[in-house]
Amino acid sequence: MRPGWFGKDERRALLAPIIDNNPIAVQVLGICSALAVTTRMDKALVMGIGVTLVTALANFAVSLVRNATPGSIRIIVQLSIIASLVIVVDQILRATLYELSLELSVYVGLIITNCIVMGRAEGFAMQNRPWPSLLDGLGNGLGYALLLLAVAFARELLGAGKLFGVTLLPLAKDGGWYEPNGLMLLAPSALFLVALIIWLLRTLKPELQEKD
Amino acid sequence: MAAKDSVRYTVGFAAAVCVVCALLVASASVALQPRQDANARLYMQKNVLLAAGLADPGADLTEAQLRRIFDERIVVRLVDFATGQLVPAERIDAAGYDQRRARNDPAASRAAPANRAGISRMANYGLVYFVKGPGGVEQIVIAVEGLGMWGTIYGFVALAPDANTVLGLTFYDQKETPGLGGEIGNPTWQALWRGRKGYDERWEPRITVIKGSAGPPEQDPLRVDGLSGATITSNAVTRLMQFWLSDDGYGRWLTRLREGAGT
Repeated sequence: MRPGWFGKDERRALLAPIIDNNPIAVQVLGICSALAVTTRMDKALVMGIGVTLVTALANFAVSLVRNATPGSIRIIVQLSIIASLVIVVDQILRATLYELSLELSVYVGLIITNCIVMGRAEGFAMQNRPWPSLLDGLGNGLGYALLLLAVAFARELLGAGKLFGVTLLPLAKDGGWYEPNGLMLLAPSALFLVALIIWLLRTLKPELQEKD
Repeated sequence: MAAKDSVRYTVGFAAAVCVVCALLVASASVALQPRQDANARLYMQKNVLLAAGLADPGADLTEAQLRRIFDERIVVRLVDFATGQLVPAERIDAAGYDQRRARNDPAASRAAPANRAGISRMANYGLVYFVKGPGGVEQIVIAVEGLGMWGTIYGFVALAPDANTVLGLTFYDQKETPGLGGEIGNPTWQALWRGRKGYDERWEPRITVIKGSAGPPEQDPLRVDGLSGATITSNAVTRLMQFWLSDDGYGRWLTRLREGAGT
């Protein structure tokens, strides 16, 4: 192994996916769950942590067995590892944050089909050592979580006048002044918000724009 | 060792992965099961207390507090829907009874009679919670469910001892559209139910969620404000309430209760 556990390559594996190569905003992966779990900050946070754990550990495990994995069954091996980790995360959620796990319902289970997890396992972990793979998974999960939180911030604040369930803008129906934007609580608003973030990111970083 | 791409090695590797993954999942499941069951039971108990107004929706009660209020104030029993009689306490442990599980167990459930609430099967026995106070039974809480817009709505309804006046309700598991139908989970809307009547003067279940606003409970006891933009959810709540108050649901037992029997 190269000297230095946290050299330039490791740092890049961890940090690049957070902004420069954000899985949602740049690679446009994992949009589906970003629509479903971003109505509230607490849901987005728990989902972000769940995905981060799964991508990091899945990357690590896939990388550990990468040299022993027969090429013909590598995808199903990756899938088995990911599915097992997702079930474990779901079980832990049910044992610790029961009410939140009810609200996240199927979306925790659907981490299995999240393109980010499979994409990183096949695209990075199969070619790299376990340690950089772990960092890469961590970075991608954090990038996902960051975007989820940004979308949830706008949706919960504008849609319900709250953040983490704490009222910041008193709603008109409860005697305050804020008339919430109902669209923000529906899935399409997340698409608009993600699109706005992508637009913003590509304007600030022109190198992300594809040449026609 | 066989070559990496040989059939024997591939099968062996797949088997090894399966064993490791299965061990991981099984041990997580077994280790966390008691904790999960306790959470599920506590969540139900909390919602019974919410329906009965013994816990404040905003208050963040600890597990111990919830359990203490529940143990002090609530007695759980089962009603046989077919006869309208309470099931003898010694026959089934009501506190450990899971009505949703029973509904899916062919031995403990039956096909529901024709209804508009979207209920295809129902458990043979239904949960009732007696809320005890200094003067005896103060409220009775029944479990209700029915098909909403996106899935089944589950809730609890608290009734006064007259087996007619609604004292509170909660919907603890529902998948209605957030902000529209999902507002059935809003305590402000749920508070509108307090004081309404389940039945009309001929004892037909008549409580209805209407379009628009209903009057105060004293003048307009059979109607509740509708949720704007959520007609399907509003109708679903009407239908599930009327079903569980009818003789197909808890109706027979509630009738006996009104007539002084049934406890």
